[in-house]
Amino acid sequence: MSLLHTVNKSPFERNSLESCLRLAEDGHAVLLIEDAAVAALDGTAHTETIKNATGRLSMYVLGPDLDARGLSRDRVIDGIEIVDYDRFVTLTCEHDSVQSWL
Amino acid sequence: MSEEGIVKKLMYVNRKAPYGTIYALESLEVVLIGAAFDQQVSLAFVDDGVYQLTRSQNTDGIGMKNFSPTYAALGDYDVRHIYVERESLEARGLTVEDLMPLTYEDEDDDWAEKESLRVVDSSELATLMGEQDVVLSF
Repeated sequence: MSLLHTVNKSPFERNSLESCLRLAEDGHAVLLIEDAAVAALDGTAHTETIKNATGRLSMYVLGPDLDARGLSRDRVIDGIEIVDYDRFVTLTCEHDSVQSWL
Repeated sequence: MSEEGIVKKLMYVNRKAPYGTIYALESLEVVLIGAAFDQQVSLAFVDDGVYQLTRSQNTDGIGMKNFSPTYAALGDYDVRHIYVERESLEARGLTVEDLMPLTYEDEDDDWAEKESLRVVDSSELATLMGEQDVVLSF
């Protein structure tokens, strides 16, 4: 089964991303949306954990959520792909199911 | 009660990122309403609250109103003290350069434009919080 995990909470405030990364299987996809977009930035206290995850998971972040929060796309961690809403839909279709970490 | 009324020290503490929840916008609305009551108001931005002050927020893609330009109007509402916790910025890989410049005009100094945003470390912020009559949390 290939799963798309979506996370919408900041890792500084909730542990949903941490739990997602712990429980997602190798090869799964993780899409950071809404407040979770802040996790995609390089040079934060969570960068190391997320960088490690990019080795075994396909990591994505929703670009419009970066823009809204004034987070520069240039500062996103290498290995996280920035996607738009259309790609979000495509990702949803490409995977067997979607798991939302609320 | 004197003619000027009772002036209290009020601090609004903001700890949430904008747009994901309604806290940031609600806080800003309350600050602007409260500013009409001539109190000694200060704002603190801690934890994910520091994201509220980032430069170049662009909400075109998420279909929500970008309320960040409103922070620049706080000076006109006599809000002169905006504190940002250094530790919160650092944990998020941000510096003061990533934040909007916020100023006020000092009527006691020939309307000179002065910085209202100040980055403080947690011990200084703790002291400032301890000096307040009321702390409102968002």
